[in-house]
Amino acid sequence: MAAEGNAKPAKKLSLKENYALLTRGLGWEPSYEKQEEIFRNISFEGIKIHDWEKWEDPFRLTMDAYWKYQGEKERKLYAIVDAFQQNNGQFNVTDARYVQALKIFINGITELEYDSHRGFSMLAREFPGVGPRIAAQMQSLDELRHATTQIHTISQYAKYFTGMNEFPYQFDRAWYLSIPKSFFEDAVTSGPFEFIVAISFAFEYVLTNLAFMPWMSGAAFNGDMATVSFGFSAQSDEARHMTLGIEVIKFLLEQDPANVPLVQKWIDKWFWRGYRLLSLLATMMDYMLPKRVMAWNEAWEIYYEQNGGALFADLARYGIKPPTRAPETIAEKGLVAHQMWSVFYANRDAVGFQMWLPSEEEMDWMSEKYPDTFDKYYRPRYEYWREMEKAGTPFKNTTLPQLCQVCQWPCLFTEPNDPTTLSLRETEYKGETFHMCSDGCKDIFDDTPEKFVHAWLPVHQIYQGNCFLPDVDPTAPGFNPMYEALRYMGIKPGVDGGDFKGSADATNWEKWTSRPANIHEGAYTDAVRDTGNQSDVARKAV
Amino acid sequence: MTVEIRTKSVKPLTNSFGHLQRRFGDKPATRYQEATYDIQSSANFHYKPLWDPEREMFDVRRTAITMKDWYALKDPRQFYYGNYTTTRAKQQDALDRTLDFVEKRDLLRAMPADTRALIEHAIVPLRHYEWGANTNSAHVAAYAYGTAVTSPAMMNTMDRLGMAQHISRIGLLIDGNSGESLLASKTTWTDHADWQPLRREVERMFVTRDWFEVFIAQILVADALVYPLFFQHLDSAIAAGNGSALSSLTDYLMRWYEETGKWVDAVIKTAAAENPENKALLSGWTVTWRDRLVTALAPIAQSTLGNQSEDALAAVVAAFNTRAAKLGLSV
Amino acid sequence: MATTSTQPVFIALQANNDTMPIIEAIRQDNPNAVVHEYPAMVKIDCPGRLVIKRTSVEEHLGRDFDLREIQINMISIAGNVDESEDEFTLEWKTA
Repeated sequence: MAAEGNAKPAKKLSLKENYALLTRGLGWEPSYEKQEEIFRNISFEGIKIHDWEKWEDPFRLTMDAYWKYQGEKERKLYAIVDAFQQNNGQFNVTDARYVQALKIFINGITELEYDSHRGFSMLAREFPGVGPRIAAQMQSLDELRHATTQIHTISQYAKYFTGMNEFPYQFDRAWYLSIPKSFFEDAVTSGPFEFIVAISFAFEYVLTNLAFMPWMSGAAFNGDMATVSFGFSAQSDEARHMTLGIEVIKFLLEQDPANVPLVQKWIDKWFWRGYRLLSLLATMMDYMLPKRVMAWNEAWEIYYEQNGGALFADLARYGIKPPTRAPETIAEKGLVAHQMWSVFYANRDAVGFQMWLPSEEEMDWMSEKYPDTFDKYYRPRYEYWREMEKAGTPFKNTTLPQLCQVCQWPCLFTEPNDPTTLSLRETEYKGETFHMCSDGCKDIFDDTPEKFVHAWLPVHQIYQGNCFLPDVDPTAPGFNPMYEALRYMGIKPGVDGGDFKGSADATNWEKWTSRPANIHEGAYTDAVRDTGNQSDVARKAV
Repeated sequence: MTVEIRTKSVKPLTNSFGHLQRRFGDKPATRYQEATYDIQSSANFHYKPLWDPEREMFDVRRTAITMKDWYALKDPRQFYYGNYTTTRAKQQDALDRTLDFVEKRDLLRAMPADTRALIEHAIVPLRHYEWGANTNSAHVAAYAYGTAVTSPAMMNTMDRLGMAQHISRIGLLIDGNSGESLLASKTTWTDHADWQPLRREVERMFVTRDWFEVFIAQILVADALVYPLFFQHLDSAIAAGNGSALSSLTDYLMRWYEETGKWVDAVIKTAAAENPENKALLSGWTVTWRDRLVTALAPIAQSTLGNQSEDALAAVVAAFNTRAAKLGLSV
Repeated sequence: MATTSTQPVFIALQANNDTMPIIEAIRQDNPNAVVHEYPAMVKIDCPGRLVIKRTSVEEHLGRDFDLREIQINMISIAGNVDESEDEFTLEWKTA
């Protein structure tokens, strides 16, 4: 059939050959403009790349395959989301406490996905090599997917529960949401190599399994079909992203020995910064899942100590060591979840989700999971606070906490090996004193103080009067700075946060489902008690 | 174990997110609206970007164009990730069948040697043009302001990679998967006199920093000249003597170009109508890049379309000018 | 090919009908693999190296299988990845 001189039968291409032909040759050496004028951001960090062609693409995805597989994932996911919405799946979760965790998710995490989309789109533009550029492009689009699917899933909850309705607004303003916001902005405002080590390697490869695998499995266990579906569907992209993370590390380390100390410094920094961010998941896992799959310390053992150990053993051949502050994370794995819950509980009137004291059943579970720490340090505290609640004088913090200049958590952590002493560090820079929560954060500040002095620290901003809406007159009689600061942050005081018992979410839940809002405490309202047998009610309603 | 509840009595507390209610009123929102409006951070940035310390991480000042509301630049296709990918997957599925048909029958390899040489010389090097468009589109996604722009810009970036790979497949259909036509087309792109003026302009876009100007240069102007010139005029000239085998493959590119045009037109029209300064800037960029690119395309048009080349280019430019005028630009 | 590492690699898959033949294939080809079941998720650990063979999945599935289909149901992995038409491999290289 073929014309003369072209008669050989077409060759069958392997996956690798097909990918190489369709991808690797696309770029060219520019000659009308200078390389350094086209890719302006790749030299200032000091990373040396001699040959971008040495980049290995582990997943050889061409766009046709990307669209095909991602399209299939999306069809599956949206079929579930549609069914979830049509069947009011938001009422199938264990109880209304679980929903409080989703508030943290949409307000604190969804916007990070968007930031990640932008960070990777910058790499997609700025890396000279075709292979890493394409990997970054796919990830940029994937991150947009994650923001989108989270919004589409949680929007159903936002219609029926408080505190989820202003997520982009809150993310830019709420005091505790500056923890995730500053984390990702630190990465995006860095150079491209630090960004990719920070996000692809330290965060995604080393740390996110820990958050998303046990957490999403927990969502499934608590009947949240929609969240587990977007979570696991997103994780299937993450598996690709994590592989990008390990490839980028190997590529940087193999390109030039001078890259090793820079990469090590970034691993140390971003491991710690990522760990501090994800500690939020510690408290979500241990306290906010009414039915629990795994405790934080167990997750840390499996996903960091065991799997992270394997990873760093593999990287030892390049001279890379485990993160300097890893021992602290292991030392405090029995402490962080409890310390955070305590701080959120004490500040519950100033947050956008509701709080409760752990039930007897939950405290027994924690005693079992944390035999060395829970009964000794935290059970007595909760029991004391429970007494105060009963006496009608519940414990509350009335002053704003001191925030860490780097991670922006309140300085709530203790010395890793001494759970009774608060860990406080400080550094003087240009005549001003800056406060840090830990040695890990102090290391980071001391390395680049000029960056961290610019942090938008919410508590400082409130004290400086920068957190009031334009209609507010601080000289008016009855001016309440705390109330006004919360209004500025998009938090409805007394509605979004505060005590779970008596909240709109708890009351509505019992009215709508005839089931207790807190499975461990029995009914709060007559909506559950008076209706008697639940299945009768359900039957009558149909 | 679905829990049955008295759903009839349960009314939602709210119909949509607060930021959507403030824009569209208290009614259910579409998935496009949920995924797009106000998603990008816009206040209280923490650090100075090391790569641009004079501006914020996301900053309206990365273009000279101004908008009271950057979310006015919406995408009429209403693409969010889900309907974008499933749309592309469906289109790719149809295209795969066409590719398979052409490959099984050796339709491109059966063409006369001079036609194959013409396709190698004039169509296959466009894979590099697409890669350039991918770079420029990524620039928009990276540095533009607001999700309404960055999200379709990222989709466009991936589309351009897809188009580059599709054009590469045309090369592989000609060379029987040896990859020789791809190697040859790269040298053509980097060295052959016919292509150098166009490559020169693509590289000029690489050093243009204002993202809206890059949008105009690449996505509005260059594409509006390149796509009709190669995939309509040259394609018809090839089809005239050789049947429609190539057209069955370039049709995909033209359909994609037309679909994307809806988004491009909406963005430009809205930005130009925003204020007279925008209109003047956009018109100026459009004229400058149009004139550069028309000149840049002349040699490859001449060498492939011969004495029809001037008419073809003139027709392409006339159609572009009409479109630009409709968008409110003075050209 | 063979690694000397005994550090654990893993793959985690959604627990559903699509992944059953994949999990069976992994069990068959990796005698040292340990399968952990969690709500909605299966995590499979294996010392040093874990391989998924296309032909084994096809045997359990009864149809042609493209290894890239794993991505639809994959939750996470640990180890260096190598992917070809016939095998998907996770491996640690250093002991």
